[in-house]
Amino acid sequence: MVESKHPWKAWIYLAPAIVLLLIFTVWPIINTVRMAFLEGYSSMSAVGGMQYNFGFGNFKQVLQYKDFLSCLTNTMLLCVLTVPISTILALLIAVCLNAIRPLQRLLQTIFFLPYVTNSIAIGMVFAAMFNMVGSAFGSENEIVITAGIINNVIEFFGGTAVNWINAGSTYWANITVMVVYIVWNALPFKILILLGGLQSINKQYYDAAKVDGTSRRRVFTKITVPLLSPMLAYVVITGFIGGFKEYSSIVGIFGDDMGPTGDPRRLNTMVGFIYDALANKQGRASAAALILFGIIFVVTMINLYVSKKKTHY
Amino acid sequence: MKVVLQNLTKVFPGRNKKVNEEVVAVNDFTFTIPDGKLIGLLGPSGCGKSTTLYMISGLQKPTSGKIFFGDDDVTELSAESRGVGLVFQNYALYPHMTVRQNILFPLQNLRGKDKLNKNEMLERAQKAAALVQIDNLMDRKPSELSGGQQQRVAIARALVKMPSVLLLDEPLSNLDARLRLQTREEIRRIQKETGITTIFVTHDQEEAMSISDMIVVMKLGLVQQIGRPQDVYDDPVNLFVAKFLGTPPINVFDGRVENGRLYIGEDEVMKVKGVEDQPVTVGIRPEGFTPDSKGRLVCGLNGVEIMGRDVSVVSTHPASLNPVIRSIINADNKIDTSAETVKYSLKPHKVFLFNKETETRIYFEVK
Repeated sequence: MVESKHPWKAWIYLAPAIVLLLIFTVWPIINTVRMAFLEGYSSMSAVGGMQYNFGFGNFKQVLQYKDFLSCLTNTMLLCVLTVPISTILALLIAVCLNAIRPLQRLLQTIFFLPYVTNSIAIGMVFAAMFNMVGSAFGSENEIVITAGIINNVIEFFGGTAVNWINAGSTYWANITVMVVYIVWNALPFKILILLGGLQSINKQYYDAAKVDGTSRRRVFTKITVPLLSPMLAYVVITGFIGGFKEYSSIVGIFGDDMGPTGDPRRLNTMVGFIYDALANKQGRASAAALILFGIIFVVTMINLYVSKKKTHY
Repeated sequence: MKVVLQNLTKVFPGRNKKVNEEVVAVNDFTFTIPDGKLIGLLGPSGCGKSTTLYMISGLQKPTSGKIFFGDDDVTELSAESRGVGLVFQNYALYPHMTVRQNILFPLQNLRGKDKLNKNEMLERAQKAAALVQIDNLMDRKPSELSGGQQQRVAIARALVKMPSVLLLDEPLSNLDARLRLQTREEIRRIQKETGITTIFVTHDQEEAMSISDMIVVMKLGLVQQIGRPQDVYDDPVNLFVAKFLGTPPINVFDGRVENGRLYIGEDEVMKVKGVEDQPVTVGIRPEGFTPDSKGRLVCGLNGVEIMGRDVSVVSTHPASLNPVIRSIINADNKIDTSAETVKYSLKPHKVFLFNKETETRIYFEVK
């Protein structure tokens, strides 16, 4: 280690970053914990000089709140569905992209476009694709003007149109739309990481496998995937963390009602729950945030533990 | 199995499409590698020796020409179906597998009638590992092995499927000097024990000479000379081969032939019967010099390096094309190190004449 003659110099150089971090990261975290344990905390009344008891009241309230369980279920469900699907799809696309030479750059750019596009905008486009524009859909005298491109395709192949996101749509139709949208949105980053990983694998492993007469499938399962496992672990872990923070995608499609017309809050998530409480029940929001943190922490630990066992080199 | 290369040619297209600069990596290579021999492909980097090896393995397709294994034409066969064993320069061991898994890998690829059951596989892997003496390291990962051990694993992996041909790409270049010496003998031993036709690529002439049954000297895609190492050393066909083989390297002089006598500079050094009068390039092996008070080649003495059994005399001559002349002389010959000059007589069979322009050998009668 380099011993400086003037250790205070280092602190001066670090000071701007440290001050900003203290104000905007460290203090909010501490404050969140503080608010979470002050029963019934609300900033408005706090300004008015109200005193709060210290205790687990906020946590109790969160857990007893009827919306909380559905928020948790929605979040978990979306995570469990989208992370594996998007990871596997991204892996396949990355392997294919890596295998072709012509147009590789162009396709890489196309696949990366969603990443640099605003997710609300994408959500609106998706909503339009799944939307049924018309009046009083589901009622007896409905007038459907267009059923949305997805339904058009389904009908073209002889299926019946599905009410994906409009009033009267089923929960599973809503979830399907969300899964498609979230997977599509998550792909670019994963493809980018996995493609980078693939390109950094020494070509000689493939030559060696070829000389040894290895089938394509075995090359994929025994060489590509294991050598890519650190990247896969990274993509899965960040995927889960991102998945637990799912919020804007649902706003993108369903608007800030977080559900189809007539059934608001049906697709609300953990972050949505926190935002809802944020307006005047900061104590409850903080408690929910801590619970979410706990869940993400545990899941990430499990992920790390599993990936340590599986990624071995 | 013998390997026949017939007019083998590999042309790489130029990288710049506007300028048509093709690279001929291997040019019209014809050679029959006899069954069960160890062959060294030798040449400076960029001479096409690795390309030749990769064409034999099937990883690269020749532009023209044919490759036969025994009597079978394998030119169009892919690497998967040729059944060669290939050891890469940096071994290419799968880092996520143990030594055992690495060695088993080629066996697990076998399908159809060649398919082995688990015990047979383990037995074969164990045998291959024992052959290269790594059977005590079977549960290690490649990252836990030294370079020499990794190389043995790579050889075991190549040998385990009992290939008809074993190919080694610069097998010793990643090892330190002592290990290199040991490993090259090891390669020789393994090759002798298995009797597999083995082709290896190297830029180190000493390595090639010491263990090969035959060496192929290449330059810029063209085969210069093929033969037993000693024969090539004693009888090089051109100046390139003469210069490339031997440590210390051959000493090269400007010279001329007049009336059947060879002149180096102004010194008339020996008779060369049957050579027309012409300017020549003269190559003299370091061991071709004998200190002799009546010697005709007079050189300025720079110093003497003691090597125990031999001494290496460093001297200069105005006609020398190298900065210094290095000769190897038996230590019994006492050299007066305080003298200004040293006089040599030459051993005729260690002296080679080359055409000044084409650098091809000019033969003369040695009595």
